[in-house]
Formats: sequence, structure tokens, C-alpha cells
Amino acid sequence: MSTSRTFARQYGVAVRAMIVFTLVLGVAYTALITGIGQLALPAQANGSIVRSGNTAVGSALIGQSFTDADGNALPEWFQSRPSAAGNGYDAAASSGSNYGPENSDLLAAIADRQSAIAASDGVSVAQIPADAVTASASGLDPHISPEYAQIQVARIAAARNLPVDEVQQLVSNATTSRDLGFLGEPTVNVLRLNIALAGLAG
Amino acid sequence: MDTLFAILQVATLVLFLVLLYRPLGDYIAHIYTGTKNLRVERGFYRMIGVDPTSEQTWRTYLRGVLAFSLVGVLVLYGIQRLQAVLPYSLGMPAIPEGLSFNTAISFVTNTNWQSYSPDVTMGYSVQLAGLAVQNFVSAAVGIAVAIALVRGFAYRRSGTIGNFWVDLTRGTLRLLLPLSIVTAVILIAGGVIQNFNGFTDVTTLTGGTQSIPGGPVASQEAIKMLGTNGGGFFNANSSHPFENPTAWTNLLQIVLMLAIPFSLPRAFGRIVGDNRQGYAILAVMSTIFVVSLSALSIFEASGAGSAPQLAGAAMEGKEDRFGIFGSTLFATTSTLTSTGAVDSMHDSFTSLGGMMPMLNMMLGEVAPGGVGSGLYGMLILAVIAVFIAGLLVGRTPEYLGKKLGPREIKLASLYILVTPTLVLAGTALSFAIPAVRDDVTSTSIYNSGLHGLSEVLYAFTSASNNNGSAFAGLTANTPWFNAALGAAMLLGRFIPIVLVLALAGSLAQQDRIPSTAGTLPTHRPQFVGLLVAVTVVIVALTYFPVITLGPLAEGLQ
Repeated sequence: MSTSRTFARQYGVAVRAMIVFTLVLGVAYTALITGIGQLALPAQANGSIVRSGNTAVGSALIGQSFTDADGNALPEWFQSRPSAAGNGYDAAASSGSNYGPENSDLLAAIADRQSAIAASDGVSVAQIPADAVTASASGLDPHISPEYAQIQVARIAAARNLPVDEVQQLVSNATTSRDLGFLGEPTVNVLRLNIALAGLAG
Repeated sequence: MDTLFAILQVATLVLFLVLLYRPLGDYIAHIYTGTKNLRVERGFYRMIGVDPTSEQTWRTYLRGVLAFSLVGVLVLYGIQRLQAVLPYSLGMPAIPEGLSFNTAISFVTNTNWQSYSPDVTMGYSVQLAGLAVQNFVSAAVGIAVAIALVRGFAYRRSGTIGNFWVDLTRGTLRLLLPLSIVTAVILIAGGVIQNFNGFTDVTTLTGGTQSIPGGPVASQEAIKMLGTNGGGFFNANSSHPFENPTAWTNLLQIVLMLAIPFSLPRAFGRIVGDNRQGYAILAVMSTIFVVSLSALSIFEASGAGSAPQLAGAAMEGKEDRFGIFGSTLFATTSTLTSTGAVDSMHDSFTSLGGMMPMLNMMLGEVAPGGVGSGLYGMLILAVIAVFIAGLLVGRTPEYLGKKLGPREIKLASLYILVTPTLVLAGTALSFAIPAVRDDVTSTSIYNSGLHGLSEVLYAFTSASNNNGSAFAGLTANTPWFNAALGAAMLLGRFIPIVLVLALAGSLAQQDRIPSTAGTLPTHRPQFVGLLVAVTVVIVALTYFPVITLGPLAEGLQ
């Protein structure tokens, strides 16, 4: 009937349980999964790093910006989506814009992006797909839609003095259909596409 | 065409859940009713000083829950404050007091609200030894409480409702841990990282520098989903390509969130000895889920509002690989369970689309709800529905052979008052206290006007219901939000648990009365319809005014 003693006993049990759980679930479990990952699936476990020639140039899963130091789009590279991660594709600061649907800053940004793309790619605003003018959730989206890749082909071919057909072929090769045929959306991985493009030029 | 792919994706999800329902539900029932202990469990009980054969009264059971959770909060608070001296902290400093307080409560209450950006705040030690551990045990606590309530219905003339330490241990070691190990490895195969590399600088194609993050992500991602926790390793949560790299990992994460909550009705049916009762609860949960998913998908696909119209589609804050439907399916799942993970930014949803996650949480997260919390929330609503039906026909209400007298109805009624009170009071106080209002409107709110109110309403809805998702434009790492949301999470978790366990205790004491011709059958479509209606009407009556001030007004502008 000693309430304070059972009270203290409950907390003793709780503390000991917490210590054991921390060792089992925090340390041992993490170590086990890390071990399996590093032994059986090292490429994925270490970030799906992709190389151009012999040098690592990024991760196949993490988008990059293809701009000059001032953030201006470089016409000879396929462009990624707008990004709200840091100053753009900062992989250490993933983030969406969190602009609401009526936010005036967002409306201005979309209009700016549309006119910039219309000018650089020689297309009408109506031809520009939505993903080209909106920031992704992570700010690190490695993909663009096949439609956005398509409207960039002529610009790339002109900037690199390549036949349009050849650039077109690269885009087709880099286009991935839906997972299992019906999950998600068809996409183009921009980094992989640009690596292939660099291979052509070299 | 897009609709066809959407239907195929839902059909695949349903197939997985149907295949899991019976085996996983039966396994869960077996875990919590078996009398044998594994050798490793016996060792564990000896070590912590628990007799696994002894049963507890509801008061003792509750004291166990509260003691374990309080210790969890203190340990997690301590780990964060000590970050600077822990290994693998990536040079990150100690977490400040207010944020540590908020985060400790957030993870112990299974909320996983994150006022911070993990990318730049949490080193690996805090993530794995602090946050991941609570991802497991807070989920196990939720399931334990639900099972205790189910025992209340199943036991006759019993003074006890089980042993908390045994339920906690079995749920963790036999259910969550094995499933997490398997799914973590599958996630790695899909591209989720699992390393201790820290940040790796690479020179990009254009000659810039990119800092690629590392971390033990897959191990945490698995239990984050399975335990309906939702706290991301990265700021972008499940939209980050290292947490959720492909469309199929996206669907897998959705399956993981729903696997246990949708199988618990089966375990419930098994333990009370009538599988049809489980199917009825499942039908209620599924109906609400399908309606809510359809509404959100239609709102987002039609893309109303200025920015989606200008851009051509509601793609702001969505990833190309998931598309609109992969995002709405995830968002519906995440907010109808208590997960709160996001693969798209809810703040950037269309106005009416952004209302749906809020409504999902306001329903009390019962369709199917968080692990454990969803089942006990739904059973409370079933008690209310039976009571209302009893009033209509003038009979003493009974559910599963247990009379629902004044004490039971009082406990159930108090339960459904707790979270609305916290949500509405918290939101109101944010604007009613002058000093707080200035801070909220100048510092915290990101999108002005009606959308700003929605950000605050969303925050309190999410915290009080232990969801953890956000209209993430809101800057919540302020003294007001850290304290107020911390309090909302704490009260929103533990007051309902006190009431549920009290109800379990009082039900267990009763004998089971045989059903007669006048007993309301609770396994037929009629009752399913009634329970859906009660769930929706309670929410509509409670929240309609504030919804009209926020997302509804914005959407109808």
C-alpha cells in the first residue's frame, strides 16, 4: 500500500526500459541497417553518386542548377526546375517555397519565369509546362517533365552547334516512363541528361 | 488517362492492404493475447524489473504510460541539450531550450512536429539515439493503449486490463522492429541513403559546388512511416529525394503508413471474438478515406486559384516524379493517419485542397488514424454513435455486450471535446493576446491574409491531433509557438489516453450481457452509415466557423 514506493518503482522501470530501448533501437538497429546497406547496396546507401568521366559530379537523385555564378540560366545546359532550397539546389538546405496559391510574390515569380523561358527557348507562354515555372517541394527535384525538356531542345542544339536530332535523341534516352507503367509521372533526369550532353560535346 | 493511372495506383494500394489485413491483424491479436514470452523478452523483463505475468488495473497501466513518457521527454530533452558533446553531431551546437522542449514533447507524443530545419539542426546522434527511439516506442505506446481499450470490451468482471510493460515490449520487439528492418532494406534498394558520411562536397557540371548530405536515413524512414510518426530526417521530409527517391518508394511509404492502422480493426475483431465488428470499423475508415482522397485529388487536379491558373497546374511544392496524384494520395494518407509526413508542400496546395488535410486531422485522425490512436479514437466515436442510436429508440445503449452508462458516456464525451478545445483555443489565443498577435503576424505568418490564419489554424490542428504536418511557411520556432504547440501536443496526447484507459477499466469490470432482439447490431451497413455520419457531423459542428474564416473563404474568393 505504500504509494510512493510503487511510484518510485514505476519510474525505475521506465528509466531502465528507456536505456535498453535506446541501445537496441537507437544504436543496434541503426548499426544493423547501416551494415546491410553498406555491404549489400553500397551505391544506393551512399547517395547514388554519378560520375562524368572519373569525377563525381553529384547524385542522380539530387537536382542541380545549371546557371552562372549570378544565377542566370546557361543556355547550353538543360535547365532544372526553379528551386527554393537555399540559393537554389542547395542540398544542405532542402525546402519548398511554401508560397500560398494567392501569394503575390509567387504570381510575380511565375510570370518572370514564363517570360524568361519564352524569350530563351522561343516558345509561347502557353507551351511552357507548369513544372518549369514552379518550385518543387524539396527544392532538389532532379527531374523535369518530358514537355519541359522538349521545349529546351532547339535552344541547346543552337547553343552547342549540334544537330537537333542528336539532342532530341538524348532527351528520348533520358526519359523515364512511369514506375511499373502506372506509378508517378514520366520524367527526365536533368543531371544524367546533361552528362550525356557533355559526353557528346567532348 | 491520368484518372486511369490514379485508379490503378489506388487499386495497388488496396491490394496490399487487403493482403495484409488478415495476417497482420491476426498476428497483432496474437502478440497481445499470447501468454508465452520470448527468451530475449524474459531477459529484458528481468533487467527492467517487471513481472510479465502480472496484470495491472487501469490506474497502474496509466501510471506506466505516463512514467515512461515523462522519462522519454526528459531523456530526449537531455540528448538535444548535449548535442555539442555527442559523437557524429556534424559540428552542430546544442539545441536551444525552447526548441528542445518542443521537440522532445513532439516525438514522445508521436506527433513529430518540427519547428526546426533538421538539415542544419540535428546531428546523427540526436536523430538515431533520440528521435528514432521515440519513433518506435511512442508508436508502441499508442498501440498498447488501443489494445487495453479492446481488452476492456473483451474482459468480463476483470479488475485489470493487461500489463503496460509487456504490451510496450511486445509491440516494439515483435511488431515494429522486424517490419522496420525489412522495409529499411527495401528503401535502401530504392535509393534511400544509409551512411555516416556527413556532407560530401562535389564539383557540379557547371563548376559550382554542391554539398551532398549523408546520414542514417533509411533506418529512420522505415519506422517514421510504420509508426505513423512522420518526422523527417531532412527539412523537405518525404519529398526529399534521399528520403523518397521514386514513385514506387512513394507508394511503399503510403502502404507503410496504413499497414498497421488498417489491420488493427482485424485485431480488435479477433480479440472481442467477432471478426464482423472489425470489418464494420474497417468499412467506416475506408469510406471516409476514399471520399477525402477523391476531394483532395479533384481540388488539386483542377488547380483553382491565381498561381495554379497562371502556371497551368498546381505544381508549386510538388515533385515531378510523384505528380499531382502521388502527392494527394500521400497527403491524404499522412493526415488521416497521425503521420504528418509530407511529399508535397501543403501550404502551396490550392485553397480548398489545403483545407482537406486540415479536415482530415479535425476528424480526429480516425480513418484509419495513427497506430493505436486511430483505433481507440474510432471506438470512442462508436460509443457515441451507439449512445445516439440508443437515445433515438429509448434503450440503454450497449456495445459489444457492454452497457454504456453515464460514466462511459461522460468519458467518451470528454474525449471528443479535448482536441477541438485545444485547436480553437490555441488559434484564438494566437490572435487575442496583443503581444502574441504582433509576434505571430509579423514573425511567424508567411503568407498574408486569410492564408495566414490557415497557417496558424493548421499548426494547432496538427499539434493537438498529434499529426505533425504543417503549412510550413509558418515560422514556428518562436517562444509562443514552441510553448503553445508543445502544450497542445502534450494535452492532445495524454488527456485522451487518460480517458481511454479509464473507459477500458470501467468496461472490463462489467459482465458481458447477452444480445437480444432489441440490441443494435454494430456490424451491419446501417451502423457503418451511422458511425460515418456521427464522425462527420461532430467535426462539421465544431469546426465549420473557423474553416469558413480560413481556407473556405480563400477558396471561394
